[in-house]
Amino acid sequence: MVWIAIRMLTGDATKFYGLLFGIAFSTLLITQQLTIFVNLIERGASGVYNVPSADVWVMDPVSRTTDVHLPMPSTALDRVRSVAGVEWAVPHLRAAASVRTKEGDLEGVSVIGVDDATLIGLPRRMALGAADVLERPDAVVIDDVGTVRFFPVGYNPVGERLELNDQRAVIMGVADAIPSFTSQVTLYTRYSRALNFVPGTRNRLSFVLVGAAPGVEAKALATRITKDTGLRARTRDEFARDGVDFIIENTGIPLNFGITVLLGFVVGVAIVGLTFSLFIRDNIKQFGALKAIGVNNAKIRRMVAAQAGMVGLIGYGLGVLGTVGFIWGFSGNPTFKGFYIPWQVPLISLVAVTLILALTGWIALRRVLKTEPAAVFR
Amino acid sequence: MSSAAEAEAKAVAAVAAISTRGVARDFTAGQQTIRVLHGIDLDVRAGELTYLVGESGSGKTTLISIMCGILWPTEGEVRLFGTDIYHLSDSDLVDFRLRNVGFIFQQYNLIPAIDAASNAAVPLIAQGMDRMEARDRAIELLAALNIADQADKLPNQLSGGQQQRVAIARALVHQPRLIVCDEPTAALDARSGRRVMDLLREVALADDRSVIIVTHDNRIFDLADRILVLEDGRITHDGRDMPKDH
Repeated sequence: MVWIAIRMLTGDATKFYGLLFGIAFSTLLITQQLTIFVNLIERGASGVYNVPSADVWVMDPVSRTTDVHLPMPSTALDRVRSVAGVEWAVPHLRAAASVRTKEGDLEGVSVIGVDDATLIGLPRRMALGAADVLERPDAVVIDDVGTVRFFPVGYNPVGERLELNDQRAVIMGVADAIPSFTSQVTLYTRYSRALNFVPGTRNRLSFVLVGAAPGVEAKALATRITKDTGLRARTRDEFARDGVDFIIENTGIPLNFGITVLLGFVVGVAIVGLTFSLFIRDNIKQFGALKAIGVNNAKIRRMVAAQAGMVGLIGYGLGVLGTVGFIWGFSGNPTFKGFYIPWQVPLISLVAVTLILALTGWIALRRVLKTEPAAVFR
Repeated sequence: MSSAAEAEAKAVAAVAAISTRGVARDFTAGQQTIRVLHGIDLDVRAGELTYLVGESGSGKTTLISIMCGILWPTEGEVRLFGTDIYHLSDSDLVDFRLRNVGFIFQQYNLIPAIDAASNAAVPLIAQGMDRMEARDRAIELLAALNIADQADKLPNQLSGGQQQRVAIARALVHQPRLIVCDEPTAALDARSGRRVMDLLREVALADDRSVIIVTHDNRIFDLADRILVLEDGRITHDGRDMPKDH
């Protein structure tokens, strides 16, 4: 009977494709929006992810994220270095600056000052050039978002000069970095040079990056640093989470994406529900005849479940494929760089699709089950 | 009822394909309850082509639905080949219908998306038979109905007459003991109608099988073994021929 059910479903091409479209569209909307949401809010932690060597981030007690921080006095570095269990501690500066482009436009950029000696604070990989290019005069390393923002696609910016806060800066390399939440261009330079590029107040040190001594747990070290110095110390994972939480708590992004996801669900229910009920209505005589002949309700349930299952499986597959296609299609765009589909997202959309089909299938099935077999004689 | 009459009735019921006793059926419309069948006592023997005749609203559809086990009577008892069908559980009744009753609907109610052979094979597939085996059995029957060459066609590729033959094949494929046929000639001209009736008599009727036809087509009354006339929910005539005043 399942075969008959599937044939009944596919035999009406218009409704079959309508159902597939409904499920696929709903899946695409839910999966794509959730994927963008997750990746977007994870950008709140990109500043942390870009410095994987730091086990602990130390900051002023009021600092909250890599972008929302209060500079500390330079003596903070020595205080941190004096804490037992600290293998190394380096200064890290993050500040906003302005760049005048070749075209004369003004662009806001982030300037990151990395440790002069070890260059800790640079992203792990370079897309062009090597990390030691920062030792050259006026050298900065631009992130790959910046290359697209400031220069034509495919252009090699190495050697290009920039007017950074009215000072000369020369791009000597391109960092393979995860873009920030705002996709703002980031320029990396040595800490001492960053102090010159970015005029500031008495306190300039944004963070102290710490490596734990062998055998020392990052969490325990962070607790000890806080206790000994009075500064805020967060492990890498904690600080990454802080960045994500900050975006969730302080922006309308979760609400907006939530509304879109809900809309995807509602659209799915509407399209699938309407098409499914039309399909059942058109086939109600056949279902009535089957019931009269002696097909019991359990078999009818299995038939409708098979129809819903088939539509769901194909529609869901198409929707997820559509999302993969979307992510793949935009993978060359630095704004979408590193975007991936977390395994939880297809699972959530699968649950949503199952709910849509369970709801619409149940409504449709109720009508079939309520149909009296005797109705076929009327 | 006297004990002798009761014994006679039981003896008839023992051999009757269908036996109804005191069958009544009420329908509720709003706050009003309407009785459409009034204590029908009836015995239909196997091997007979029985017509159920009546005006619209006389209760013939209700009676046929009750007799074949798809509509519960408000009162009374229905035995099909000795089984008191409305004392069966719901699932047993559905299964009983699947094995013992074949239906030919007025509008055929074929499934548009499957071919003629698969349509004819539906009762066997519903019984759990392998689909290809059921199809083969159905094709044999379609051959007996002279439409084996149409076995692979979808219902919308068949003429009305061919669709009706597929519906007949579907009603017979699982060798039921009761065939219920709703207005089989309503949409046909006189010649085609008689041909369908001849076909039904030829392929459907058997010593161990009963065929009941609901009709008001007076062009085929002469082909019946027995005619039951229903008026206002009561059987008013039971005989080989139609009463003269009809």
